[in-house]
Amino acid sequence: MPTAPTEPRDAAPTAKRIPGGTLYRGREGMWSWVAHRITGVLIFFFLLVHVLDTSLVRVSPEAYNAVIGTYKNPIMGLGEAGLVAAIVFHAFNGIRIMLVDFWSKGARYQRVMLWVVLGLFVVTMAGFLPRHLMHVFGGE
Amino acid sequence: MTTIPAPRTRAAGPGRRTSRGNWELYGWMFMRASGVVLLVLIFGHLFVNLVAGDGISAIDFGFVAGKWASPFWQVWDLLMLWLAMIHGTNGVRTIINDYAERDSTRMVLKMALYVSFVVVVLLGTLVIFTFDPCPAGSPADLLPSFCTA
Repeated sequence: MPTAPTEPRDAAPTAKRIPGGTLYRGREGMWSWVAHRITGVLIFFFLLVHVLDTSLVRVSPEAYNAVIGTYKNPIMGLGEAGLVAAIVFHAFNGIRIMLVDFWSKGARYQRVMLWVVLGLFVVTMAGFLPRHLMHVFGGE
Repeated sequence: MTTIPAPRTRAAGPGRRTSRGNWELYGWMFMRASGVVLLVLIFGHLFVNLVAGDGISAIDFGFVAGKWASPFWQVWDLLMLWLAMIHGTNGVRTIINDYAERDSTRMVLKMALYVSFVVVVLLGTLVIFTFDPCPAGSPADLLPSFCTA
């Protein structure tokens, strides 16, 4: 015996029924938020490791020098460049977040401010990268 | 036109706490206030350790000992440690709350987070204040120059 089709209780709402802004989703606002989370987690886990490796100064000069020596090889050197890139983005985008929160015109200019953040990021990394890569690959 | 679906987390109802006082507000303010201070502290840290002088290739026990012989860098690093750990722990706590949907998963992850926080902050603080730049019996060429003076 066929049963009458029942309407699902939680039918997927159609687009029309959902009110909501389109300011962030899939746009600069959302992607900067995603990048802020990813860089934040990355920096946090490095911080845990970094306190542990620095704590070796309390063990002996030899132990500290052995571990910090591994930070000087080229692969780690590139990793440090990535870490600094994450920090620089997180820092500048953090300022952007504060401007969105506290500046009366912040929300209106959030998209422009992301491009300013990316511009400042490129300038800062252009200053940092050659110098750091010279220290890593320069040799002695 | 894109739309934003309803949040997966249900709105507070009966039996669900609707308020934790102002704690989340203080946390929100702290992220912003500490963020500004951390920007200065960490950019300074990166400049002195990675850009000035010979950068990463000059970092060894003698370099760290030379910095921590000065109360200025002790206070700098202590502030950086505490602010960064609180800022980072609160950030990861937010992410756990957003993505770990089961109560037990959230509890376990947050416990691990808080244990790491206590261990790392205590260890780092102890190291900064109990550090001896000239440990007895170590070869002089590994120590900062003022040890032999």
